[in-house]
Amino acid sequence: MSGGVDSAVAAARAVDAGHDVTGVHLALSAQPATLRHGARGCCTVEDAHDARRAADVLGIPFYVWDLAERFRADVIDDFVSEYAAGRTPNPCLRCNEKIKFAAVLDRALALGFDAVVTGHHARLVDGRLVRSVDRAKDQSYVLAVLTAEQLSHAIFPLGDSTKDRVRAEAAERRLAVADKPDSHDICFIADGDTRGFLARTLGAQEGPIVDAVSGETLGSHRGSFGFTVGQRRGLDLKRPAPDGQPRYVLSIQPKTNTVLVGPGELLDARHVRATRPVWTGRPAPSAPLECHVQLRAHGMVSPAVVSVDGTDLLAELRTPQRGVAAGQALVMYDGDTVLGSATITSAE
Amino acid sequence: MLPEAVAAVGEAMGELGNPSSLHGAGRRARRRVEESRELLAACLGARPSEVLFTAGGTESDNLALKGLYWARRNADPRRTRVIASSVEHHAVLDAVEWLAAHEGAQVTWLPVDRSAQVSPGTLRDAIASDPDSVAVVTVMWANNEVGTIQPITELAGIAHEYGIPIHTDAVQAVGTLPVDFDASGVDALSLTGHKLGGPYGAGALLLRREVDCVPLLHGGGQERDVRSGTLDVPGIVGLATATALAVERRDEVAPRVAALRDALVAGTCSRVPGVQVNGHPSERLPGIAHLTFPGCEGDSLLMLLDARGVECSTGSACSAGVAQPSHVLIAMGASPAQARGSLRLSLGHTSTQDDVDAVLEAIGPAVERAQSAGITSVLSP
Repeated sequence: MSGGVDSAVAAARAVDAGHDVTGVHLALSAQPATLRHGARGCCTVEDAHDARRAADVLGIPFYVWDLAERFRADVIDDFVSEYAAGRTPNPCLRCNEKIKFAAVLDRALALGFDAVVTGHHARLVDGRLVRSVDRAKDQSYVLAVLTAEQLSHAIFPLGDSTKDRVRAEAAERRLAVADKPDSHDICFIADGDTRGFLARTLGAQEGPIVDAVSGETLGSHRGSFGFTVGQRRGLDLKRPAPDGQPRYVLSIQPKTNTVLVGPGELLDARHVRATRPVWTGRPAPSAPLECHVQLRAHGMVSPAVVSVDGTDLLAELRTPQRGVAAGQALVMYDGDTVLGSATITSAE
Repeated sequence: MLPEAVAAVGEAMGELGNPSSLHGAGRRARRRVEESRELLAACLGARPSEVLFTAGGTESDNLALKGLYWARRNADPRRTRVIASSVEHHAVLDAVEWLAAHEGAQVTWLPVDRSAQVSPGTLRDAIASDPDSVAVVTVMWANNEVGTIQPITELAGIAHEYGIPIHTDAVQAVGTLPVDFDASGVDALSLTGHKLGGPYGAGALLLRREVDCVPLLHGGGQERDVRSGTLDVPGIVGLATATALAVERRDEVAPRVAALRDALVAGTCSRVPGVQVNGHPSERLPGIAHLTFPGCEGDSLLMLLDARGVECSTGSACSAGVAQPSHVLIAMGASPAQARGSLRLSLGHTSTQDDVDAVLEAIGPAVERAQSAGITSVLSP
């Protein structure tokens, strides 16, 4: 229970379903701020208070579990080292994989519980992960990394409801969080300034921004880790590219601290390689698989053919996609059903 | 709350009157307040004029520490050192740290032994290193987490050899241990209502008449000009009623509660291998059993026992509800993992053998289960 409206209603529905429910709030910061501020939507003392209030209204026991050290090691350090390696991690996905459905689930099972209930907007149908009926709020992408074993101990009570319906229900249940704003951005970066956070953590290091077409240096940056493939804004180029076209980040080369930029069409990727596949919606395919793939949270879905290549997956996209970043997840869908996922390592 | 205290509070709430007013209703309210002051003073070995009513232990601690510090420093600017034990309650700990951060105080933290006791020699050495610099000494009468009783009279004697005032947080001691303010020699003593069967938000600071204390709250000049604010008549009446009853019944209640506590500790040790009993073996509060369970989180135990109707505590919780490793156990030499695996079971005047039996029935399976969940808050190296 993060202190938000979704987990509060999820807990309420789990109680209504007849489960013996205990509320747990995760303390993920060693020094939580007292009040919510800026872009952050969770992890403050105020959020813990909101979660406790909701649990009290539902009449369920409520505890705070201190997972700050695990979160630091498994999510924040991973986030930083992924950026340092020129990749673009998704910390929410990592938190689901390593914290909510690993550290929390393991402890819960050992203590005698059967499942972890969360307020994620997704459905479970016959053990398969399925998109929420509210497509705009669907979170199946950040859950697709879970294994079948993890999913078998998960309950997502909100997947059949729109966010508006969840808020209305919270108000009907007299939960004080009914009107609480949605959380945004990354919970451990208080001011929402990811680049600033990385610069403070990794140390600023000046390097060139090089044009892939002409080979010219168009500007400089204070750390290659601050960029994401496909990014256009914030490049702050000192001079225009020779062809006068806008430039996008094509790749990040941490070894030489170089950011490679180029025109938009060079961003188009048709071949995506991904590693560490997890299959939950079907067994690993023995022949090329026709499906749809999603390559980032809230990203477009495109038809593709996926084949297994050793410990990797290769996806041939029917329609090219822009800004495919290593470190993000490749999630395969059959309609709304998640078939599996893997971590993107390269795209061209 | 003791039923007698509930009744006294209820009766006082039905009566109108500001004890500072001059009219009839004010006089009647004032009489209640002054009778309460006399009652409280009489049962704690203080003079009525030494009783200052406050809103509880935290306020009393803050008033004593900041007020004595400022008064002593005003009298001699060299006096900026605060000597405090390292096992104080946060109401003292944080007030002392505030003085260090905002008022230029130098803090000497007194170490404790493995039983959480401050040795008189430690205090003497701390003062003797530079006696003229010491503003105030504070050592709690008895520890709220592990129950250890400090040699407060001896410590007060040492402070007075150097002419230094000493404050004691006696929130846990009043009503549970024999407390005689005058005989103890301390200059200021904090107590609170809810620990002894009285109301929440009502407490007192016993402050020796000749000791100067700068006020925190300024206003109408109530309470010797040291604590302004309209007096909370029902709270004061309830506090005095409860304190008098707790002190009166102490000789009967304390040995009974101690025997139950001993049965609880012995029963737990026989059911759970490897349990460590924390605190002093004899100099301890009758109603506290503080235990360390190997290989599990106190948090897990608390949750499992709560589900079985056993309500206990892991130590000092911060406002987010995250149990921090107890500074008391750390000061006693425990590792963070040991501190995490500790539980405080508190007994009171209503506890029975049936309660103890219920805990003993639940504790074995709970520990076993908590051990299987392991320790998640501390990463293994």
